[in-house]
Amino acid sequence: MADVVHTPAQLQPKSSAQLPPKPTKPVAFRGGGFAPRPIRHVAPLLFLVLLALAEAGTRTGVISNLTLPRPSAVAVTLYDLAASGALWQHLIPSLRRLGVGIALGLTAGVGLGVLIGLFSLIRAGLVPLVAALFPIPKIALLPLFVIWFGIDETSKYALIAFGTFTPMVVATYGAVDNVDRTLIRMGQSFGLGWWSIVMKIVLPGAFPAILSGMRVAIAIGIILLVAAEMLGAEYGIGAYILTAGSLYDLEKLFAGVSILSILGLILNFVISRIERATLDWR
Amino acid sequence: MQLELSAIGHAYGPVEVLADINLTVPAGRIVCLVGPSGCGKSTLLRIVGGLERPDRGEVLQAGDPPPGCLNPLTYVFQHFALLPWRTVEGNIRLVLEHHRLSVQERHEIVDDVLARTRLTDFRQAWPRQLSGGMRQRVALARALAVRPAVMLLDEPLSALDSQTRELLMDDLANLWTRAPFTAIYVTHNLDEAVRLGHRIVVLSRRPGRIRAILDIDTPICERARAGIELAARQAELWDMMRAEAEAADRELADG
Ligand SMILES: Nc1ncnc2c1ncn2[C@@H]1O[C@H](COP(=O)(O)OP(=O)(O)OP(=O)(O)O)[C@@H](O)[C@H]1O
Ligand SMILES: [Mg+2]
Repeated sequence: MADVVHTPAQLQPKSSAQLPPKPTKPVAFRGGGFAPRPIRHVAPLLFLVLLALAEAGTRTGVISNLTLPRPSAVAVTLYDLAASGALWQHLIPSLRRLGVGIALGLTAGVGLGVLIGLFSLIRAGLVPLVAALFPIPKIALLPLFVIWFGIDETSKYALIAFGTFTPMVVATYGAVDNVDRTLIRMGQSFGLGWWSIVMKIVLPGAFPAILSGMRVAIAIGIILLVAAEMLGAEYGIGAYILTAGSLYDLEKLFAGVSILSILGLILNFVISRIERATLDWR
Repeated sequence: MQLELSAIGHAYGPVEVLADINLTVPAGRIVCLVGPSGCGKSTLLRIVGGLERPDRGEVLQAGDPPPGCLNPLTYVFQHFALLPWRTVEGNIRLVLEHHRLSVQERHEIVDDVLARTRLTDFRQAWPRQLSGGMRQRVALARALAVRPAVMLLDEPLSALDSQTRELLMDDLANLWTRAPFTAIYVTHNLDEAVRLGHRIVVLSRRPGRIRAILDIDTPICERARAGIELAARQAELWDMMRAEAEAADRELADG
């Protein structure tokens, strides 16, 4: 059998063997890239490098103390804040406002978004309304909420709820719209009822996009929390930052800002965890 | 259960898609629908399955669906239509959950259809982990689970490569031989039509009318070996379709 196996060289026409061999070179590679992949430890490393630069700069005097506080001083401030118990005094009301506001906003937003996605009449009425409310900077409405709900907690809940509500509505009905229609036809063709189709096909199909909408809404919620606390709050991270800012106490200011960043990171992490736990089918 | 299509006509706005379709789908037979692209095959199948109302005519079912039948008219889709967030087993369970069945019955049905489509080992797999051929087998298992009286298959193998298609044709032939089912099978592929159809219905280009009906008597289980004879039928079919297909190809889409 071996004599019928051809090597590629033998397969070439005879005449080419007589010609002088042409120069060869490898084909140049021009693919690759455009495919982001996770790389571990880069983000913390970059963060540490920036901190080290700031520390070195402020210590040597290249960066004046009025431009940027010394990171180590900010850390000490944070530590003192925690040790004196003042941290909790500010953090707990802030967390409560954020929790209540976001819970209200997200629930209402997801609920209404699903209704808009499912019912033409509701869509026809509410989509223009939501589109009109969406671009309003909600901070501008804070005085209005104070008149409506009083200076105390309710107006803060309302502001955060309203601010997270609009992006959540838009994200949710977009998510429902994007559920693959052939899956819905499939459900109908197997005789599934309307409710089953919503619960087993529409909502699970919309869930990933709803989760990423929540990410955005939560960030907006934190921004509005600070805004609300800057107006008429005795305690709260926003109030703490405002006091520090008006005294030009940059160390306290940065300590407050760091707390907000950490809060954002923690919430982001929680959402990532939920994604990983519920979206393992992807 | 037998299906009778009587004088079906349908138009989307000004575009006449189907005209005067009269057709009988006998119980226990596979009727293949072939025709040039855009001639209304999918539309006809949607009408038969009750997913769309025809402008004219009606679809009648003669006789009751067999006992134990959960969903008389059952689709198999070209792009499988599996829920990506459910496992193989979960996708099959989906179509059983809204029926009154005991836990035991449900389990038996799932086991049975998984065994018949040779998917038992892939019970817990996610759809994304499966090849196209396997996904379509899951969709077939799901369709079999509701014990359909008539299966409506819209180009079920068109999204697959030709080798996988060959394997799935064998699977379908075996499934039919072991437990004959009634089916309307829409396809572009004449090879599939002569391998799986007892009756082949050739539609003209839009508006789709029945141009010819071809019956093939060779038993389905023998067709894999009846190469020459089938090739002749296929050539015959292609002769009928060629001019139509050429004309349809030159038509403007929104004409
Ligand atoms: N929902 C719809 N609204 C308007 N026109 C439609 C709709 N569905 C199909 N059509 C038109 O009707 C005609 C027939 O469509 P259909 O999908 O039934 O053809 P087909 O024979 O299945 O084509 P293919 O072989 O490409 O699958 C096409 O011209 C298509 O553009
Ligand atoms: Mg089609």
